[in-house]
Amino acid sequence: MSHLHIDWTACDGRGLCAELLPELLAEDDWGYPVARHGKTQPTVPRHLEDVARRAVDRCPALALRLVNDPS
Amino acid sequence: MTNLLDGPADGRLDTHLDHHGRPPVLNAPQLVAQLRAAGLTGRGGAGFPTWRKVDAVLRAGGTPVVVANGAEGEPFSGKDRALLTYQPHLVLDGLQLAARALGARTAHLYTGPASADGVRAALTARRGTGLDPIPVTVTVAPDTFIAGEESAAVAAVSGRPAVPADKQRRITEAGVGGAPTLVQNVETLAQIALIARHGPDWFRSAGTPDEPGTFLATVSGAVVDPGVVEAGHGVRLGELIAAAGGPTAPLQAVLIGGYHGGWAPARRDLEISRAALAPLGASPGAGIVRALPANECGLVETARIAGYLAGEVAGQCGPCINGLPRLAGTMADLARQRARPGLPAEVARLAAMVTGRGACRHPDGTARMIISALRTFEADVAAHLAGRCLASASGGVRR
Repeated sequence: MSHLHIDWTACDGRGLCAELLPELLAEDDWGYPVARHGKTQPTVPRHLEDVARRAVDRCPALALRLVNDPS
Repeated sequence: MTNLLDGPADGRLDTHLDHHGRPPVLNAPQLVAQLRAAGLTGRGGAGFPTWRKVDAVLRAGGTPVVVANGAEGEPFSGKDRALLTYQPHLVLDGLQLAARALGARTAHLYTGPASADGVRAALTARRGTGLDPIPVTVTVAPDTFIAGEESAAVAAVSGRPAVPADKQRRITEAGVGGAPTLVQNVETLAQIALIARHGPDWFRSAGTPDEPGTFLATVSGAVVDPGVVEAGHGVRLGELIAAAGGPTAPLQAVLIGGYHGGWAPARRDLEISRAALAPLGASPGAGIVRALPANECGLVETARIAGYLAGEVAGQCGPCINGLPRLAGTMADLARQRARPGLPAEVARLAAMVTGRGACRHPDGTARMIISALRTFEADVAAHLAGRCLASASGGVRR
């Protein structure tokens, strides 16, 4: 399993991640990503890992990372 | 009890050595074992077990760095400054004990402007005594609320602006200059200096079995003699208020743990411990107790603190930059009885929205304090929505 880590000092709320991963992320009142299910670092299910990786690659602020959880 | 503030406490090295003697030298396993047996937890607010942090730095390998953190941006706290003024040598002993045990070659003391000269004088007095085999660099913290946050402290002693950093790696693994770094509050280090001298059993003779030892409390607000007092964990609120000269007026509530703390009803028998305060959404934090008299509005005071905290945002993280001013403004509407439908629910929604969404816990702490106010001052929330204030109705002045 893995989870998404957002570097809030880098994120500028461009919204690409929430667009690519609507299952996991929404936008807050100002367009910054917010996890849908309450966890601040949302768990990424296996079937969404590829699209999560794409979101990481496309983040213009390099603020998003996919972190592997030790199993 | 003989403790942190015991002895002449005049800041002089000769009186310190007369009273406490020279500190012993411990190796790393001895230090970890003593801290574990003592059950010492960090006194900077988070309350993390000290031995775990020391152990994590050891496991990271390499030559570590130790940072004594005396930056006290919290406006209601004065205990680090008091400790550095009256007992700087206990802090410096603890810093050396930890640095030597860990095999560090550099140590830092990071402190607010008010304490810096005193600390430098204490270091000068120790020159040539062999008490400081590891050189200590003093860095002055800016007067900002978040300057004392752990990663901000690491940044500041590294010569960068004192703002929190994203935690890609733990500071215990990669802190100052990428080296494993132990950041400890100055009170924690002073406790280490005492535990090394007197042992874990002595330390455990105060406090509760689960939360042993004493802590420094800064008691202020509606008390006769505001200041810093030392007490064992589990002390009753009434005893702390009495140690500060007693109340100046009937009290309605206390803010425990400071601006990032939680409001609780001013019950004399309220136990000041993590376990007892957790159900109230509060914790002893860095030992702050602020007494609110019955005729002052808790919602107004909460809005004032929220406004201050919104102004202390470091300016790095979007949810905090945007969310805290909105949260503080919404809280101010409630405090000023600018009622509109769903106002308390909107405060709660914004508080939940900012929580967990920053490089540091500034949004979380702000949200927690506000949520505790909605609960503790529940009756006044209802009154404010109806255009009244219970505190001013009890004879207070609406500010």
